[in-house]
Amino acid sequence: MKISFHLNGEAVTTEVPDHITLLEMLRDEFELIGAKEGCGQGECGSCTVLVDQEAVNSCLMLAVYANGKSVVTIEGLAGAQGKLDPLQEAFVKHGAVQCGYCTPGMIMSAKALLIENPRPNREQIKQGMAGNMCRCTGYIKIIEAIEAVSEGGDSNGQGS
Amino acid sequence: MVKVLEPEIKSAALQAVGTRHPKLDALEKVQGKAVYIHDLKVPRMLYGKILWSEHAHARILKIDTSRAEKLPGVRAVITGYNTPEIRTGFFKDNPVLKKGKVRQYRDEVAAVAAETPEIAEEAVRLIDVEYEPLPAVFDPFEAMREDAPLIHEDKESNILKLPWKLVCGDPDEGYRQADFIAEESYSLPWVTHCCLGTSGCLAEFHANGNLTVHSPTQIRYLAQRDFMEVMAALGLKDKRVQVVTTAIGGAFGSKLDTYPFEFITILLAYYTGRPVRLIFSREEEFFATATRQKVEAKISQGCTKEGLLTFRDVDMVLDNGAYTSWGATTPSVMMMPISSLYKVPNVNYRARCVYTNNIYATAMRGYGNPQATFAIESQMDTLAEMVGIDPLEFRMINANTPGEVTPQGFRVGSCGLKECLKAVRESLNWDEKRGKKDGRGVGIGSLIHVGGGARIYKSDGCGTIIKLDDFGKVTVMSGATDMGQGADTVVAQIVAEELGVRIDDIAVIMGNTDQETWDVGAHASRTTFVAGNSALLAARKAKEEILDLAAPLLNEPREALDIKDRHVFSKEKPDVSMQLGRVLRAAHFKTGGTQIVTAHFYDPPTQMLDREMKGNFSAAYTYGVHGAEVEVERDTGQVNVLKYVIAMDVGKAINPMLLEGQLEGGVAMGLGYSLMEEMHLDRGKVLNPNFLDYKILTFPDMPEVDSIIIETDDQAGPFGAKGIGEPPLVGTAPAIANAIYDATGIRIRSLPITMEKILAAEDE
Repeated sequence: MKISFHLNGEAVTTEVPDHITLLEMLRDEFELIGAKEGCGQGECGSCTVLVDQEAVNSCLMLAVYANGKSVVTIEGLAGAQGKLDPLQEAFVKHGAVQCGYCTPGMIMSAKALLIENPRPNREQIKQGMAGNMCRCTGYIKIIEAIEAVSEGGDSNGQGS
Repeated sequence: MVKVLEPEIKSAALQAVGTRHPKLDALEKVQGKAVYIHDLKVPRMLYGKILWSEHAHARILKIDTSRAEKLPGVRAVITGYNTPEIRTGFFKDNPVLKKGKVRQYRDEVAAVAAETPEIAEEAVRLIDVEYEPLPAVFDPFEAMREDAPLIHEDKESNILKLPWKLVCGDPDEGYRQADFIAEESYSLPWVTHCCLGTSGCLAEFHANGNLTVHSPTQIRYLAQRDFMEVMAALGLKDKRVQVVTTAIGGAFGSKLDTYPFEFITILLAYYTGRPVRLIFSREEEFFATATRQKVEAKISQGCTKEGLLTFRDVDMVLDNGAYTSWGATTPSVMMMPISSLYKVPNVNYRARCVYTNNIYATAMRGYGNPQATFAIESQMDTLAEMVGIDPLEFRMINANTPGEVTPQGFRVGSCGLKECLKAVRESLNWDEKRGKKDGRGVGIGSLIHVGGGARIYKSDGCGTIIKLDDFGKVTVMSGATDMGQGADTVVAQIVAEELGVRIDDIAVIMGNTDQETWDVGAHASRTTFVAGNSALLAARKAKEEILDLAAPLLNEPREALDIKDRHVFSKEKPDVSMQLGRVLRAAHFKTGGTQIVTAHFYDPPTQMLDREMKGNFSAAYTYGVHGAEVEVERDTGQVNVLKYVIAMDVGKAINPMLLEGQLEGGVAMGLGYSLMEEMHLDRGKVLNPNFLDYKILTFPDMPEVDSIIIETDDQAGPFGAKGIGEPPLVGTAPAIANAIYDATGIRIRSLPITMEKILAAEDE
């Protein structure tokens, strides 16, 4: 099926087989390797991307449903001239990254959380991020990174 | 919180060491640019897939691959019958493709390479295998009986010929001296690593017959050696093998051995003449990778009425599964806490590993230590109660001290166990909160672990090559492996400190057997200590050369010079200095010029354990104490961890932020082990191969953690540092179990401590 959608701010049109997931299309057709497959069953959150500003497990969504929508991946989060999103900067600065496999999905879920609620408290962060698993960090540094952006109030969902 | 013990520690003037520098590759990782095995594609690459056994124990009567071979897009179908026999594992008891019979559900029966993953998947479905089921055995105690079915017919018994035994002092005399003796049994489940990135590799033969394997391995040099055996089997023994480490999506010991799937991928690449990549699905990752071993432990300890330990006696049975990987060697590490956690003069330890038709076991963070420490530290509370001494005080009485030699022959250098106990007592508000049995309670679990490497191979070494360019920038080629723990950053900080450059001036190359010198692997919490010392000594050589070159340029005596903030300067005349880059250019661009390249291979001053399993096998020992405050809901058995504290004697925190990351991450994994993680097997089959049914901690489950870093400045460590990777989960389970006991009076001796177990105990 032929679909048209916005991918990281650019209008794209492509032909995709009906049975392909959004994750497969992003990784195989567009070579956007940031979104990861951790389980392929919507349990771990490593494949999280934004679809119309909401966090979606891209391993569970068929690619054809992206038609007419806006999809943002980790590669589309940095602004002009590669200026990092405050969340990306905070993840680096607060030591929220170890092996890094869950990191793109983590950051995209955090982005969706802050779009919905720009100033979440610690408990709201924990609940909002509950669908993303990390085996390295114990989550605490990730929470601190999100809190830093939340407190700074400079991530208002516009990707700065 | 960082606490420095020695007032005059040398860290005062440090610039790079001791800073909270972000992990070097974090910038790449937050942009989704790091390349994991799942992201790696090369031209003409094929996709590999394995056909797994349908039985726990069965004869293979016939494998018919004809339908799979005819499927368009299939390029090779291999079995144990059309490939040379290659065996892997510690005992070489694991044929990479099974022939004759299968011994567990995760056995590799056949494999295919195809143009797409979908074709490969379809092709394995088209392979027809006829089996004749055999009687199987799933309980190690049943497997030890004489009439039990033999897992390996060429062996006399299912008990591995690996008689782990350690006797120190006179255990019988220790028994007689005891005024109080506790005897109990403890039970530990199978748990698995749950790396977010599943296992996989990519194998590629070059036109000249050489092989490259891309792999997220923790042991690329040992893997290189293992893969050479495939080359020999294929008649290519003179060819080169290169192992390239991709970004590693979690490891935790899972990638410390080579496994059949890697050899299968190499065979597929060989027979197709094309690059082949094979990656596990999450389900395969759960049922087909090796786990932490299941252990049944009997333990008794005794003490005098003053509370002094007189003996410790431990007998263990490990379910080895059908094949032998590192799991069977974990008793060598279990001996460490059994002999040397606290001063215990008389020790008796025996462990038997038994073949069954279950999944097999490998290394996992802690390497046996969490199992042994759960039994020891839970029972320390039991014993303390018998004697009538506060459990924390009981540990203080018996605590290890700096400079002691333990009964197993460990020469303890720095040791901050008592300081860790004090810190946890304070953080938990122990004296106030303990002993109420009102549904809330506190508990602790101490630990010892190797902190200065572990000589389990003849070499525990690591090589480093350092080169400086014309601009004062430094390239460090280290044999170490970064799997997310921050080895890259720690090595850069150490080199920056020694060479007087900035961390950003340094490029660290890790991950290619053609480019660096040997390292035994990322295990035993050894990288900061061993790779750190290696990098430090290579940098020291470079510094010597720089100062030699700079002395005539600055017209100053060589001994008066030092390097700081990219400048060579005179310590006596602070205004005399020269940019490092200028020194290097002056040395380079002239007749007979030179550039600086140095190398150092560091092997710690340690001993292999002798025939009695004694000797100083690590150059330093790390101590720590875990503490927890829990609330137990009596109606449901639900355990809520209200607060967690971990105090670790790390020698010196090279990077406190990355160190906290190790502590918090280890605690999370340890809490999973304590409260929720377990692989459920039914007659050898894994019943919960997914994250819905195998639960790991998620955000809401994680308590606040008070990380207390105690610095004891170990004389053998780089800038005083000791290893820390594994200890953060070693003491977790006993701390939780002891806190639950303090809250409820219920003692649970099997992990995980589920709601069901607590409710059942309440009913008793």
